[in-house]
Amino acid sequence: MSFSVTEPTKGTKWFAGVFVALYAVITLVPLLWIVATGFKSPADSIAYPPVVVFEPSLEGYVNLFTERTRATPDMLEAAGPAETWYDQITRERGTVISGPSRYGERFLNSVIIGFGSTFLCMALGTMAAYAFSRFKVPLKDDLLFFILSTRMMPPIAVAIPIFLMFRNLGLNDTHLGMILLYTAVNLSLSVWLLKGFIDEIPIEYEEAALIDGYTRFQAFYKVVLPQAATGIASTAIFCLIFAWNEYAFAVLLTSGTAQTAPPFIPTIIGTSGKDWPAVAAGATIFLVPVMVFTILLRKHLLRGITFGAVRK
Amino acid sequence: MAEVTLTGISKSYGAAVALDDVSLTIPDGGFVVLLGPTGAGKTTTLRMVSGLDKADTGMVTIGGRDVASLTPAQRDVAMVFQQYSLYPHLTVRQNLEFPLKSPILQTPRAEIDRKVGAVAEVLQISHKLDNKATALSGGEMQRVSIGRALVREPSVYLMDEPLSSLDAKLRSDLRIELKSIQADSGATMLYVTHDQTEAMTMATHVGVLDDGKLVQFGSPRDIYENPVSVYAASRLGQPRINVLPSDVFGGAPKNATRIGLRPEQIMQGEGEDSFVQRVEHLGDQTRLHLSFKSHDLITVTDAHTTLKEGDIIQIRPDNAFYFDASGARVS
Repeated sequence: MSFSVTEPTKGTKWFAGVFVALYAVITLVPLLWIVATGFKSPADSIAYPPVVVFEPSLEGYVNLFTERTRATPDMLEAAGPAETWYDQITRERGTVISGPSRYGERFLNSVIIGFGSTFLCMALGTMAAYAFSRFKVPLKDDLLFFILSTRMMPPIAVAIPIFLMFRNLGLNDTHLGMILLYTAVNLSLSVWLLKGFIDEIPIEYEEAALIDGYTRFQAFYKVVLPQAATGIASTAIFCLIFAWNEYAFAVLLTSGTAQTAPPFIPTIIGTSGKDWPAVAAGATIFLVPVMVFTILLRKHLLRGITFGAVRK
Repeated sequence: MAEVTLTGISKSYGAAVALDDVSLTIPDGGFVVLLGPTGAGKTTTLRMVSGLDKADTGMVTIGGRDVASLTPAQRDVAMVFQQYSLYPHLTVRQNLEFPLKSPILQTPRAEIDRKVGAVAEVLQISHKLDNKATALSGGEMQRVSIGRALVREPSVYLMDEPLSSLDAKLRSDLRIELKSIQADSGATMLYVTHDQTEAMTMATHVGVLDDGKLVQFGSPRDIYENPVSVYAASRLGQPRINVLPSDVFGGAPKNATRIGLRPEQIMQGEGEDSFVQRVEHLGDQTRLHLSFKSHDLITVTDAHTTLKEGDIIQIRPDNAFYFDASGARVS
């Protein structure tokens, strides 16, 4: 059998480049629109036809992070000149800042719960996957199927039992409760994905480490984990994205202390009008951690490709 | 620096019997080579001694101590695998340091540097120490993995065809190097190979495994000159022993069904006619492929022979081996 590999012509390359660029633009338009809306004034944000070129304003971001009260001109006068640029922005709208909004807290909750559950999920997942990959586990296939079967229905189908369970255990509206929940949902995915990656790592490496004077756990930690880095990175991205974006359970199980950003962002829109710039600003900031996380691990993913260059 | 004994070791993987009641003593400072085809149980024997697998029955001792309850790390053995030997995420230096840094050894830094440097010198990999392990050629990888065993100075070395992936020149260099390291350090060595030169030149003892059973154990010369069976006889010898029906020459003992002729057991110049089919000049010797009563034979002759294809040469057996129907030696 022979393969013919031809260098693409200049025209083909040009066409491919344009195609990829177009595709990227189409996929990115909604994102760009959100980012742009965050910098629009409320009037521009609902203008029809939509404005593409506009005067940027930070009003959305100011509104996102503050609570404001309406003030009469007398009150504004009494308060004296605005001390800061954000005071200035709110006063132009006839309001004064009455305090910080809860967005910061909600965002921090998302970070704690998202990264916490991802970390826990990877810690448990790698060890479980390692055990399934390397040891004789009684009823291994059945157990693996059982683990996978928890993903065969939408998690929200068991919302009510979980709600009752959480209430009885006092886990309602707690960080721990949400971390445990997201870990449980993600664990089946992470065990299955990671088992596949660990299966690919020849067992000889660990055996060599065992003979070289290391315990089983040290061999796992020092030899298997570095080689499974590619798999761990991609699995962690999946887990984080799920936990980060999850909405339904967050609405159901959190209201105060442990509320994450997804249920909070829609409430920003407020009662006094459609504050789309603030909502868009909240969504934009909310995107950043996952993006950074993915970009950081992407380096790792790329390095992973050259990892397996071992002669058989 | 320790005697290793295996007593009545049996091991099955599912229905497949890998080792069947193997008893073997590797004397302190001995170099024991295990011979046998794939599946004979050579690697399994190494795994029993290393502790990577546990025997179903039987006992392994190292230095007089029953090691059944010891982990591989506690047995003070070093093993060289046939493949996949280097940690791909580490550099060559880190690979060599790995056993020294283990919680069992916890070697001081200066000591690590000295030992790694010395071993790298011996194996000619000093200039590659800071390369990634994956950036080496196959031969270099295998040298590093031998080096990783050597830095430890363990009481027992276990080597599973360590030279099989190397080219001929490197193989013969390393063969001599390994033998002298073993002789100097007085370490006990259990070595698996297919290569008969390795077996003959390095071993103090050879164990022949057949389908999980140890069929013969002795010095390489003993096994070569006094094999117990057709199987043991065909493990050693290059070219291989010729096995023919015993009646082709006559004079066979009763109940012998086959005659085994090593090249030097075929006397040339007298006896019965055979036909020269092919002449291979190897430089230091010449191989003759003969046809004798419709059987093929291979023997060696003088390097400067004038024999050529189509010639007729007389041959007769000289101190040949005779085997019965089951393959056992008949005297």
